[in-house]
Amino acid sequence: MTRNRPSPPAARPPSLPPRPRGGFGRAVLAILWKDLAAEMRSRELLSAMLVFALLVILIFNFAIELAPALRSTITPGVLWVTLAFAGTLGLNRSMAVEKDRGCLDGLLLAPVDRSAIFFGKMLANLVFMLLVAAILLPVYSLLYNINLFRPGLLLVILLGSLGYVAVGTLLAGMAVQARTREVLLPILLFPVIVPVLLAAVRASGGFLQSAPFEQILPWLNLLIGYDVIFLAVAYMVFDFIVEE
Amino acid sequence: MEPRPKLLSLLTGLSVLLFLATLAVVFLYAPLEARMNYVQKVFYIHISTAWVGMLGFLAAAAAGVAFLATKNLKWDIVEVAAVEISLVFFFIAIVTGSIWAKPSWGTWWTWDARLTTAAILEMIYLAYLLLRQGIEDPERRARFGAVYTLIGGLSVPVTFLSIRLWQTIHPAIIGTASAQAQGGFAMAPTMLQTMFFALFTFSVIFVTLLWHRVRLGRLAEKVEQRKLQEFK
Repeated sequence: MTRNRPSPPAARPPSLPPRPRGGFGRAVLAILWKDLAAEMRSRELLSAMLVFALLVILIFNFAIELAPALRSTITPGVLWVTLAFAGTLGLNRSMAVEKDRGCLDGLLLAPVDRSAIFFGKMLANLVFMLLVAAILLPVYSLLYNINLFRPGLLLVILLGSLGYVAVGTLLAGMAVQARTREVLLPILLFPVIVPVLLAAVRASGGFLQSAPFEQILPWLNLLIGYDVIFLAVAYMVFDFIVEE
Repeated sequence: MEPRPKLLSLLTGLSVLLFLATLAVVFLYAPLEARMNYVQKVFYIHISTAWVGMLGFLAAAAAGVAFLATKNLKWDIVEVAAVEISLVFFFIAIVTGSIWAKPSWGTWWTWDARLTTAAILEMIYLAYLLLRQGIEDPERRARFGAVYTLIGGLSVPVTFLSIRLWQTIHPAIIGTASAQAQGGFAMAPTMLQTMFFALFTFSVIFVTLLWHRVRLGRLAEKVEQRKLQEFK
């Protein structure tokens, strides 16, 4: 509201603490940047996720017959199972590093809205998942001789990953504070993420088989609806997760 | 130990009587279904247990929201009680449903929206119990439990919708055609009466069990407090 006052910004008394506009967005970006910078230096998380994802793909090669004729129907399932498994690794790690040396307490002391912490962590997880997907797709395309670079599929990966990390970051925040920790996250996450996986697999399959758009649209709508609902819920309840 | 409330004892007795009466009505009053004979009798139990499972599910979600709003630990006890009852009754509903499905659909299980959603609901509640097991601090346990029931409660309808969408797009799934006729038989008025009587009975049983479980939870809490006082 102060923006509407006629006095120029320079006329602010210097005693007032500097309250930058868009403080929430800046806090979110700061936390995102912190996570990305830490990852740039250690490369722990991303390398683990990537190697794991490639291993899963290899194992699928032995576990199910990826015959050329069936590839376009099985590929979406393989792709999303791989992403989901690699995603839990990343989610666990991203919260565990905060918990281990009391970094989370430090973050909570920061004078920002606590949901900013959530969105920062969530965006970092989203970036990691998309990076894994960005490397997974060409490798998969190469190994199985199927072109996965279709704009529709990329959109599905973005929407699906968003819903996945929205719920995943929240549940990882809970799991990391429990005694069983790493074991707990997939058990908590997978039953509530079923709509995302189902919709993402169906929509990806639709794009890979060049199905008419009207057939894919309901799945995209479902993904968008899920993302919106669970982003809102996570925003509202994150305070209860970190409250001490 | 505090005495059991009179009304609770009354309700317990009433539940037992009503349950026996329901069995009598199901086996003696309700007519024998022409095509499925005695197997059809399981339908009354199936509907009623699924109904109690839904009641428990809704009660747990409501108690979770109430806890987050008030921070009163009594809502946590209600939540656990409702989840445990819902878990058991949904399981009975799934088993009786399978018994029903085998003769009418020719399979114990199909990936129908209701069946799958019920199975996922069971998974969510098992995860819920595992989550609680891993946290010692009662206040934090209650908070996390409430958050998880909230997320679970929201995801279950979305799951149901998504699986139904899947079925409509891919109708070539075993048993879908016969699953459409899930009534499977024309309901005679006496069957309808029997069903509503069974629903009523199981609602009473739900209330009784919930009360017992909440009371048990409160007593357990008291024991914990006593123990803490002993060791101080």
